Amino acid sequence: MVLLRLAFRNIWGAGLRTWLNAIVLSISFVAIIWTQGLYEGMAEQVSREMIKVSVGGGQIWHSNYDPYDPLTLDESHGQIPPICQQWIANDQAAPVLIHQGAIYPQGRMQQILLKGIDPGQQIVQLPTQGLANHDRLTGLIGARMARKTGLQKGDYITIRWRDSKGVFDAADVQIAGIFDTYAASIDQNQIWLPLNRLQRMLAMPDQATMFILDREFSPSKIPEGWLFKRQNDLLANIQEIVQAKSVGASILYVVLLLLAMLAIFDTQVLSIFRRRKEIGTLIALGMTRSRVIGLFTLEGSMHGVLAAIVAAIYGIPLLVWYAVYGLGLPIDAENYGIALGQRIFPIYSAGLIIGTTLLIMIVVTIISYWPTRRIAKLKPTDALLGKTQ
Amino acid sequence: MENEVQVKTEHLVKRYPMGAESFPALQDINLQFMKGEFTGIVGPSGSGKTTLLNIIGTLDKPTEGEALLLGKTISKLTHKEGAKIRNEHLGFIFQTYNLLPVYTVFENVEFPLLLLSMEKKERDEAVWQALEWMQITEKAKVKPNQLSGGQAQRVAIARSIVKKPKIVIADEPTANLDAKNSHRILQLMVDLNKDLQTTFIFSTHDEKVIQYLRRIINLEDGRVASDELVELNGIATQE
Ligand SMILES: Nc1ncnc2c1ncn2[C@@H]1O[C@H](COP(=O)(O)OP(=O)(O)O)[C@@H](O)[C@H]1O
Ligand SMILES: [Mg+2]
Repeated sequence: MVLLRLAFRNIWGAGLRTWLNAIVLSISFVAIIWTQGLYEGMAEQVSREMIKVSVGGGQIWHSNYDPYDPLTLDESHGQIPPICQQWIANDQAAPVLIHQGAIYPQGRMQQILLKGIDPGQQIVQLPTQGLANHDRLTGLIGARMARKTGLQKGDYITIRWRDSKGVFDAADVQIAGIFDTYAASIDQNQIWLPLNRLQRMLAMPDQATMFILDREFSPSKIPEGWLFKRQNDLLANIQEIVQAKSVGASILYVVLLLLAMLAIFDTQVLSIFRRRKEIGTLIALGMTRSRVIGLFTLEGSMHGVLAAIVAAIYGIPLLVWYAVYGLGLPIDAENYGIALGQRIFPIYSAGLIIGTTLLIMIVVTIISYWPTRRIAKLKPTDALLGKTQ
Repeated sequence: MENEVQVKTEHLVKRYPMGAESFPALQDINLQFMKGEFTGIVGPSGSGKTTLLNIIGTLDKPTEGEALLLGKTISKLTHKEGAKIRNEHLGFIFQTYNLLPVYTVFENVEFPLLLLSMEKKERDEAVWQALEWMQITEKAKVKPNQLSGGQAQRVAIARSIVKKPKIVIADEPTANLDAKNSHRILQLMVDLNKDLQTTFIFSTHDEKVIQYLRRIINLEDGRVASDELVELNGIATQE
């Protein structure tokens, strides 16, 4: 208590310098919470969207299916097992058949994926009902795919594929609808077709590559030759991408933090040098050197506390504003690996705020303690004379 | 009790390293200080006064010989034990006052009591009493930078005696004060010495101070040149 009061008075008394330190430090505070909150919000938002439009409550994959290896795609499908038939009938799963194909927008060939899905499915929120009840072959594409190919609703596009017997075939698809999503994995380079039509086109009756499970449904057993992919595993990829991005952004606030640390370190060194007579006096009054070291360390750490207060004053309104109104990202932030067409709403979790506060306090305390070690070497007699070693 | 020895030095030597050589600041000092003394260590600048007071005050250690404070061997005290003795039994007064600039007068005087973890009520009483003794109560709420030299030194004395220590060590307390303030401060210290039986050990080369002393130890080049008791009536005529 004695130290706390004295430390507080000392840094309060230091006036402008203290506030400069606190302000610099508070900027790192807000920057860390803001950027991390943005990434947490991004991960959360994209995850939610992914669950809604593609991941569902998890997926069951054909054991050969590897979304990153298009070359094996043609062997990655199988007969729909009876148990899955039952799930489909119960609206607990939606089968998807995936195959390679090509389109020729503006006369140039482009490899795409043909994805077959049941127009009546209720598992994912895609406008698949648009594929139903048409005499013509109709398809759905995502907004990015539409932008890239210049296709609009009602347009026709020729698709080409090789069926299970190795025979090439082609057909015209009319675009029945364009959907908008963050999830690049169901948008980029692909076209969604009615499942039974695709099965017929490929000569793969009753076959599927995977099943998307309902969010409420957890399968009691997985049929042989198929693998269960849990929801979290399917989302891990996104979280990883977002995390990698956030590491990149952290360079910014590491620099900010470093600047703040430098300022505090400098303040500490200066204050120990200028106040050596005071240090001698405190020792003469009966304080141990370790308590004097504690005092100066405490003074340094208090910059962290002040910074938190300053950060709260301008940071909370700022952070809340972003949480409410979100941050608009450029429409084609394709470099992010995730399509981000819309606004991002940052999420400031308790863990993030407590973690950041702890991190800053620990770093500030270490930086504050560091220069005080020279007090341990200071002789009280020299200190009283204003001498340093 | 009357003849209690509080400080004792035996063949005390202090050398400071000077290049390859060493410089003897104190040589073969044999002194005793009794409870209630009002003693000045007098000598020109560089004669070793501060060095001696620092050792007695446990802020420094002898190179050779021994110094005892309140029965404890100073050279054997750890940092912590030294701090404890200073905290409980010693008061320091410095030439440059050394008040804590961020604290008010009241808080400065209170500080040693906080280190002793004294209760607030007791603390407040002791602080006001010390301020009254030093006739500086009206400045209780003021910060040190608004005090004159004489006022600041009175606050420093209040701080040194607030915990009623056994010994007050004062290194040239009047060196920065004018004649009027020097006399006032010495008179206050004489009164405290009488009322509280506190031992005062000064260093000084100020003629004005010398007339208040009851024992004068002359230091010359780190040696005791003379050690005399002064007749009490010497002061009585002063007023
Ligand atoms: N830390 C030190 N290192 C080297 N020499 C010192 C140191 N402190 C004091 N001295 C020397 O010791 C002698 C006595 O000093 P000091 O005790 O300060 O004398 P006084 O207080 O009587 O002026 C002086 O010659 C001084 O230069
Ligand atoms: Mg001196």
